[in-house]
Amino acid sequence: MSGAKKSIPAVRRDVVVIGGGPAGLAAAVAAKEAGCGDVLLIERDRILGGILNQCIHDGFGLHTFREALSGPEYAARFIDRFRELGIAAMEETIVLSLSADRVLEVSTRGTYQRIEAGAVILAMGCRERTRGAISIPGHRPSGVYTAGAAQNFMNLENIMVGKTVCILGSGDIGLIMARRMTLEGAKVEAVFEILPYSSGLPRNIQQCLNDYGIPLYLNTTVTDIVGKGRLEGIRVAQVGEDRSPIPETGRYVPCDTLLLSVGLIPENELTREAGVEMDPVTGGAVVDDSFMTSVPGIFACGNVLHVHDLVDWVSVEAAEAGKFAACFVREGGCSLPSPIRVRPGSGVRYTLPQAVSGERNLTLSLRVSAPWRDRCVVVRDGGKEIVRKREMRLHPAEMIRIDLKKEAVSGCSSLEVTVE
Amino acid sequence: MSTREFTCVVCPNGCSIVVEVDDDETPVVTRVQGNVCKRGESWARQEVENPMRTIASSVPVRRGDFPLASVRTSRPIPLTKIREVMDEIRKVSLEAPVEIGDVVLSAPAGCDTEVIATRRVRKVG
Repeated sequence: MSGAKKSIPAVRRDVVVIGGGPAGLAAAVAAKEAGCGDVLLIERDRILGGILNQCIHDGFGLHTFREALSGPEYAARFIDRFRELGIAAMEETIVLSLSADRVLEVSTRGTYQRIEAGAVILAMGCRERTRGAISIPGHRPSGVYTAGAAQNFMNLENIMVGKTVCILGSGDIGLIMARRMTLEGAKVEAVFEILPYSSGLPRNIQQCLNDYGIPLYLNTTVTDIVGKGRLEGIRVAQVGEDRSPIPETGRYVPCDTLLLSVGLIPENELTREAGVEMDPVTGGAVVDDSFMTSVPGIFACGNVLHVHDLVDWVSVEAAEAGKFAACFVREGGCSLPSPIRVRPGSGVRYTLPQAVSGERNLTLSLRVSAPWRDRCVVVRDGGKEIVRKREMRLHPAEMIRIDLKKEAVSGCSSLEVTVE
Repeated sequence: MSTREFTCVVCPNGCSIVVEVDDDETPVVTRVQGNVCKRGESWARQEVENPMRTIASSVPVRRGDFPLASVRTSRPIPLTKIREVMDEIRKVSLEAPVEIGDVVLSAPAGCDTEVIATRRVRKVG
């Protein structure tokens, strides 16, 4: 930070939320409802709601509102509450930097401002993995999009992105775009998935592929992209157990559009800059059972913390983060020591929070490493069983949430979560 | 008699439901297994006899702060009617302002549903 910038006086705010999507909105609303009078939300787009604005399909809010809303409708419920509470929002504003002592540099349409925050809630969401991230060989024609970019073009900008479509990856956004493009008159040839199982929710496989007769090829990937100006086709091949293509299974599929739905990455540039400890598996911050990161007063929630399957869980988790951030400001730092580490064991990819105090009821979020039927998720302190939860189906695409009572966790030395 | 397997789409549980079907002329469900809840059973019966879906699309808006308003059916429609309903939705265009819940179409293709706007579009200019 230059001396000239430092000389610009900082504005003091209590809770500053970075990101105006579902996580940021729920966190801001909860912070305000928890009694924090001064909440500011910063959003880089010109409207609030985040990626929900382009998710026009239904199915949002089944847990929260017991009805199937579209993304914009779900967002509107929170935006309306946000406005009712008179919470301040800065749209078209980007956070340039965030320091460990909670000073933000922000820019709104060419202006510059420094903000000193009592607490910061990180709610920046995630972005999609691109062709570069998965290193697909071949030419570099137009017609290759991430599924979310295509969704933005079609649902917000009224631009149809292609006529004959292949999709790589069976993530939910890709599946939903398979249906969307079919309904809008495109021919979706197939979805190719490198894994031996789909990475999308079962309901989306049924409603987006099976309903329209779109085939899903597992253990299959794209090996070449053909076309100079515009995409002309792709080569696909089955993969072996090491996930490398088997050349003799290769075939050519003509298409003018390839959508990539190959995973999401939490958008943590600011988090890292503030010196927050990161979890290499989730790609997000390490947090305690108040959603506070390793830097006091900086909280994280939503897809920037870990990529969720359902927006309902984002809202629930973000509301907790908002409540604790308000408490942090009110009581000048009310965080509890969190000496109990939580570790993923056999069959579990990650668990969250990574450290708990033992002084609060909490919800463990976790993801399993492979699909199973009729197994138990077990939480143990050393040899002692704390909780056992039977699950009919376990799938890596789906988050599992386990409620733990304060009494069960208090006095534990560490927790390990396994699938048995 | 035949057996069909479905992934239930009523809620995110996504149960694998196995249904035994009597296929004489119109299919009739004789047995449902694998569902966790009762909604799953009635869904599976319907899924065989007359599957229903909600669909979403978008329609152009004139003089709005966005070029499109997203829309969806307010109630599920028969899977077999989706093409026809989409054809009717494609003929619609709106004038700003648009509010969430505005009815854009009533009973498209004779279906017992409305098509409602799911995005607020403000008037500009």
